[in-house]
Amino acid sequence: MGTASAATLPGSGEEFHLHYLNVKHGLKAWLLTTDHKRIAWLYFFTTTFFFIVGGLAATFMRLNLISPQGALVEPETYNKLFTIHGTIMIFFFLAPAVPTVLGNFLIPMMVGARDVAFPKLNLLSWYIFITAGAIFLYSVISGGVDTGWTFYTPLSTMYLNTHVLSAAMAVFISGFSSILTGMNFIVTIHKMRAPGLTWFRLPLFIWSMYAASLIFVLAMPVIAITMALVMIERIFHVGIFDPALGGDPVLFQHLFWFFGHPEVYILILPSMGVISELMAAFSRRRVFGYGFVAFSSFAIGLISFIVWGHHMFVSSESAYAGIFFSAMSMAVAIPSAVKVFNWIATMYKGSVSFEAPMLFALGFIGLFTIGGLTGVFLASMGLDIFLHDTYFVVAHFHYIMVGGAIMGYLGGLHYWWPKMTGKMYPDYWARISALIIFVGFNLTFGPQFLLGVLGEPRRYATYPPNFQFLNIMSSAGASILAVGYLLPFIYFIWSAKYGAPAGPNPWGARGLEWETASPPPVHNFDVTPVVTHEAYDYEAVSETVAVS
Amino acid sequence: MAEEHAALVAEQFDDQLQQYQTATLGMWIFLATEILFFGGLFAAYTIYRYQYLPAFEIGSHHLSVLWGGTNTAVLICSSLTMAMAVRCAQLGKKKPLIAFLFVTLIFGFLFLLIKFGEEWRHEYLEGLAPGVNFTYHGPHAVHVELFMFFYFFMTGLHALHMIVGCGIMITLIILASRNYFQEKFNAVEIAGLYWHFVDIVWIFLYPLLYLIGGRFPH
Repeated sequence: MGTASAATLPGSGEEFHLHYLNVKHGLKAWLLTTDHKRIAWLYFFTTTFFFIVGGLAATFMRLNLISPQGALVEPETYNKLFTIHGTIMIFFFLAPAVPTVLGNFLIPMMVGARDVAFPKLNLLSWYIFITAGAIFLYSVISGGVDTGWTFYTPLSTMYLNTHVLSAAMAVFISGFSSILTGMNFIVTIHKMRAPGLTWFRLPLFIWSMYAASLIFVLAMPVIAITMALVMIERIFHVGIFDPALGGDPVLFQHLFWFFGHPEVYILILPSMGVISELMAAFSRRRVFGYGFVAFSSFAIGLISFIVWGHHMFVSSESAYAGIFFSAMSMAVAIPSAVKVFNWIATMYKGSVSFEAPMLFALGFIGLFTIGGLTGVFLASMGLDIFLHDTYFVVAHFHYIMVGGAIMGYLGGLHYWWPKMTGKMYPDYWARISALIIFVGFNLTFGPQFLLGVLGEPRRYATYPPNFQFLNIMSSAGASILAVGYLLPFIYFIWSAKYGAPAGPNPWGARGLEWETASPPPVHNFDVTPVVTHEAYDYEAVSETVAVS
Repeated sequence: MAEEHAALVAEQFDDQLQQYQTATLGMWIFLATEILFFGGLFAAYTIYRYQYLPAFEIGSHHLSVLWGGTNTAVLICSSLTMAMAVRCAQLGKKKPLIAFLFVTLIFGFLFLLIKFGEEWRHEYLEGLAPGVNFTYHGPHAVHVELFMFFYFFMTGLHALHMIVGCGIMITLIILASRNYFQEKFNAVEIAGLYWHFVDIVWIFLYPLLYLIGGRFPH
């Protein structure tokens, strides 16, 4: 493999600068790479592709819901659309996006390493991921699957003649990709840190990714085994979950949500890590209460494993179990609020600037707070009986997953794009995009809270005519949201070709990843850095010094 | 000298110690994943056993304690020889290393032979294989089938891990005969962690599947 780049001055214009993008060319050099930075790009393109597919499914759903009778598709097709949307967005976009794109690119750089601990496993996990994705696309193309992303039994095992088997297979396989990624990250964070980089000098993004990786490693095997049981029940007709054959469908719900609820924290934790980075960088201040923010990630990860029962308040769970799960679900609000308050306190007396990444971060805080507070509503049993399976739930988790996770992802992409490509994007258009997304998002999902309170159930292709006004508002908002998502596609592609050179540290940030050239050399640092300050050392030193 | 160093230590590591610790930690985390992988099945087993205890006892009585016990002994012996192999690798003794790996492999094959050739074949012919050949019509037939499903699935998943383990043993024997472990003994140690883990899973499976229901009166 290539040696470190020659002593070039990064960002000095015309001078040739050898980095990870131009060191080798050709398809083979990309498909067989073990460089974590190139694997991040492989993941970027594939997860973006799945985002587009899942987004198209959502587009058709919102178009259909313009009219009470269903404007576009048959109810059966609508069922398939929301299954495609949910499965792809959860398993093939949200769960992998931040960890495998930003995490892969940044974790080795933030800990001052040349690569992740197991580069070959890293590439293998991508191949497993695209295999799983291809199998799911096969199930879509060959006729679709209409179980919803939750694959509830006995619907999925006994009653449906759609392509449940291949869809379950896809989810089963995708779990192993995530396990390998999580394992790789945990070991990298433990064993690959540069000299002087103690745990409490690490960026908070690393702490979040560590907590998310733990959930990957501990929750994904459970969904894999559950999907294996579903497949076996379908193939051999043995009654694991089918009551007619002696099984218990509620057991499936327990196994599924034992995975499923930690899974939703996999989606949000990495984005929370991104927000901590953005808050510090654009407030020019150390993150307030570093230790609290760091350990709140672990608190969220830990509690996430004992809240799954709140999905079964109305499916045969005992009142005592319900009380426990209700209390635990509300307890998640505490570490989440610790984060939100600390981010806000970080801005206090900081010199805050409002570049595009910061706008995404502020959007995150607002939307995540709404999503989190409505989650407390749903965690209280008495209220959940009325709101269960209504649009209120849909709105709640979209505020977390889209308003939270995707805002964080976009904020992170905008923040580290100069590092990843070495090019700047037009900040003006990026700020416009952040604003459009914020407005469009609230227009899309705000009305759904009202629809849920009024009693519109989720997952139906039709609805009573009196709900039409709010549904049209929601669909209109979705079209604005789509414009907001389209803009980054355009200016990112533009910037990759025409963007101004970014230089090693366009934001004046203090993290280790900014101390090397943009794009970084193959081994990230020409010389292994020796760390003498923490990642948010804005007060002590006013000017960054490249270690090399 | 520098090239020799490069061959032993992969490019992302600074030295051999770091590489060694990293690989070991990676295997421990993989084993944590495996615990949860089997854990879902153990949880489901526990719930159904609580609900349908009489049926589970009937099902358990159809299994062969003798062959199951023999296999338990085989695996415990294989763990011993695996531990000896790890010690030999650490001491750099090539011939005993290969010998102990080979004996471990033989124990692994023996286990699989008993599991598939004797037990599974027998249970299949008796009509106790759910979904394939299930002809039992006694009391609690539906839930006896459920028990037999868990028996086949859990021991099957365990056997799959044994097959992977045997593949690892073969690989280690080939590498050892090419003097690969003179410097890199930790590969044997990590394979040992995996092998012992698979044995421990069996230590839980054996009593839960074979020994329930007071088969041996006081």
